[in-house]
Amino acid sequence: MPWEFREDAPIYTQLIAQIQQRIVGGLLGPGARLPSVRDLAAEAGVNPNTMQRALTELEREGIVHSQRTAGRFVTEDAERIRRLREELARQQVKDFLEGMCQLGFRRAEILALITQEADENAEGEEKTP
Amino acid sequence: MSILETKGLVKRFGPTVALDGMTLAVEPGRIVGLLGPNGSGKTTLIKLANGLLVPDAGEIWVDGHQPGRESHAVVSYLPERNSLPLWMTVDQLQDFYADFFADFQRKRSEEMLDKLEIQPKQKLRQMSKGTREKVQLILTMSRQAKLYLLDEPIGGVDPAARDYILDTIIRNYDPEAAVILSTHLIADVERILDEVIFVNQGQVLFQSTVDAIREEKGKSVDALFREVYKC
Repeated sequence: MPWEFREDAPIYTQLIAQIQQRIVGGLLGPGARLPSVRDLAAEAGVNPNTMQRALTELEREGIVHSQRTAGRFVTEDAERIRRLREELARQQVKDFLEGMCQLGFRRAEILALITQEADENAEGEEKTP
Repeated sequence: MSILETKGLVKRFGPTVALDGMTLAVEPGRIVGLLGPNGSGKTTLIKLANGLLVPDAGEIWVDGHQPGRESHAVVSYLPERNSLPLWMTVDQLQDFYADFFADFQRKRSEEMLDKLEIQPKQKLRQMSKGTREKVQLILTMSRQAKLYLLDEPIGGVDPAARDYILDTIIRNYDPEAAVILSTHLIADVERILDEVIFVNQGQVLFQSTVDAIREEKGKSVDALFREVYKC
């Protein structure tokens, strides 16, 4: 999963979001050990202090934790990860609804469209061997 | 204590005022971009910090000392143009650095050169421009310095060499040291910087962190730069 950055937002918030995605998506499983700050920074091509700032924030949220000598780990609290997953999903839906609102869609139309698209997707999936 | 501090620094070349009262401070552990158009005073500031030039007025301290013998020992400088003898081999260059600089970490330098598969017996002359720049950067970053002054480290190299250079700066990050790099190719380096200092006509326009700019202005430093220096 490559690291990608938008131009119009702080880098540390984008790092937080992308690390969260890796955790929720299972790329970094519960209890997984994170690379060192320097290695993570080099991998993402960002300033080490910026990476540190993102990790500190994730620690504050209880999503990762550090053990003084052993390094930094993803939380083993499955309930915390489940909550994070839900938060991220809600945010996606919120963003989507905002976009639809700007296009002038109403609740009923939006729901109908979602159902229609989801059904078409499901049909497509059934047809593929 | 700041690693580099200047107050009202002035430098003239005949009738030309290169630095016109420049005041700034750079703290340890920071990677700082010195940004500005050509002729804004970036190289002059770097040369003053390195003791290659003497100020006409104002003050400058490097790690608490005025540029001189003590500051030379803690400053690692990468000039804009290749300054190393082309006839030297990689081995000879490392001897040269080890002789001149007590803080040269030969093992670190050899490891980085080895990774790039640069042969110790190869002469600088036999290398492509990109490889030469990489060798110079490796030598510069292999010193255990307090202040790294990199003058246009990514000017005129291909994207792969550029990525290598930026990666090398991140991997050699030292919380006790500061890195100042001058560039006008901001989009490429923005992500590895803590702070940027915008300079124009020999003065500091402003100094801020990259994320503060993105947060407050909702745009990248590169976009802001284009706005500030619009012709």
